[in-house]
Amino acid sequence: MDKTVELPLRAQEDVVSVRQTVRSHAVAIGLSLVDQTKLVTAASELARNTFIHGGGGTTRLEVIQDTARSGIRLTFEDHGPGIRDVEQALKDGYSTGNGLGLGLGGARRLTNEFAIESKLGAGTRVVITQWTKKS
Amino acid sequence: MHDFVLALKQGLANGKIDDLDDAGWASMRSMLTNLSRQRATQGFTPAETAIFVFSFKPVLFNQLRQAYRDDPASLAEEILTSTELLDKLGLLTMEAYQKTREAVIVRQQQEMLELSTPVVELWTGILALPLIGTLDSARTQIVMQNLLEAIVARGADLAIIDITGVPTVDTLVAQHLLKTVAAARLMGAECIISGIRPQIAQTIIHLGVDLGSVITKANLADAFRLALKKKRLAVASV
Amino acid sequence: MDRIPILKLGHFLLVTIQVDMHDRLALVLQEELTARIVSDRARGVLIDISSLDIVDSFIGRMLSNIAGMARVLDAETVVVGMQPSVAITLVELGLSLPGVRTALNVDRGMDLLKASLDVEGEAASGQDG
Repeated sequence: MDKTVELPLRAQEDVVSVRQTVRSHAVAIGLSLVDQTKLVTAASELARNTFIHGGGGTTRLEVIQDTARSGIRLTFEDHGPGIRDVEQALKDGYSTGNGLGLGLGGARRLTNEFAIESKLGAGTRVVITQWTKKS
Repeated sequence: MHDFVLALKQGLANGKIDDLDDAGWASMRSMLTNLSRQRATQGFTPAETAIFVFSFKPVLFNQLRQAYRDDPASLAEEILTSTELLDKLGLLTMEAYQKTREAVIVRQQQEMLELSTPVVELWTGILALPLIGTLDSARTQIVMQNLLEAIVARGADLAIIDITGVPTVDTLVAQHLLKTVAAARLMGAECIISGIRPQIAQTIIHLGVDLGSVITKANLADAFRLALKKKRLAVASV
Repeated sequence: MDRIPILKLGHFLLVTIQVDMHDRLALVLQEELTARIVSDRARGVLIDISSLDIVDSFIGRMLSNIAGMARVLDAETVVVGMQPSVAITLVELGLSLPGVRTALNVDRGMDLLKASLDVEGEAASGQDG
């Protein structure tokens, strides 16, 4: 299993590829089934956002280690329009009509770590991490 | 003891005498760690385990006394060095012992968690989950998963979650329970929560938890009666 | 592009989703199902998602949309076989799938559809009599 993988997000099928790649790595590091599903679902939401609202971008997958646990870190990056009001976007149901909706807030709830940077006119980067339980 | 002496000789020959993390002491470290692990799982006390190392002291000191009979200054020096070394080795066994005991305790906690959340089939298609004891966030999540998996495994579309045996509930636990009910509904099963004590009812209102459309019954028997009714079943005397 | 087969079972349509759908495929399914409800005069739609190990907000919305459109066309929708980890994730995501009825499996789903048709039939005959 690769330690770092870069996946393009240029077509709809890429969102499916991201889901499948995240799933296989999640299984490989021993995430519980529920934590796997939460991670893959969060990845799907963020990948779709990047593709649809960000005008396309990339996903970077990293397998990381802590003292007693393993984790998967996903970085979703685009050079699209950016998000005007991140706080608002994180609130559920928010939609400018382009349907960012539950995606961001949902991804935050589903994962252990969540960080977002966005600049109008420059792009958006979202980083999520899911850890296995401490052994 | 024989292995200990061998490992000691190897360590003294290859390793720095004041640094036990040094590579030369690797076989000594692994020998002592394994010993401590065994003793920890067999139920020896930490003292009994460390004594293995310390029991070497009197033997060694006797040998040193004889070897340096005519040289008290060197004798003092050697005794100091060797006692420091043996103390460090003794502490190493203590640490290894601690780690092993902790791992045993964690495993036992896991087993207790799994034992204390049984799902019972009251009737075809009707499950009951009698919860006993204090619920914390971790335990409640495991309970949630067990119930949902049982729903699939037994093909049950009705589940009674009985909390008669639960003394208190906090917001987090209440939310987990509600999430379980919501998840079960998405799967096609209905949940009834029974056995809510007056104190818990008060807590729920105070915390502002919204039970929404979740059906609640005072006790398991009432919940079971309702479940039978929903399944168009009745109990008859014969 | 693969398509998802739609089977006719008496008055009902059965769809078994077994592939990881990309968005376009989901939209095509929505359209096709709606068209088939009309052309086959279906009174119910059964969607079997027991093979899906993930349902995200897009698929969730698709299921709600199908249920909504079916209702407008006088048909009931039942989604069956959701996996526990998917259910837990959807709840965490905040998706409650409003307007979507659920059942454990295809058999129970069928029972549910038939029962709702019976109820309708009784109500109608009650009005006639």
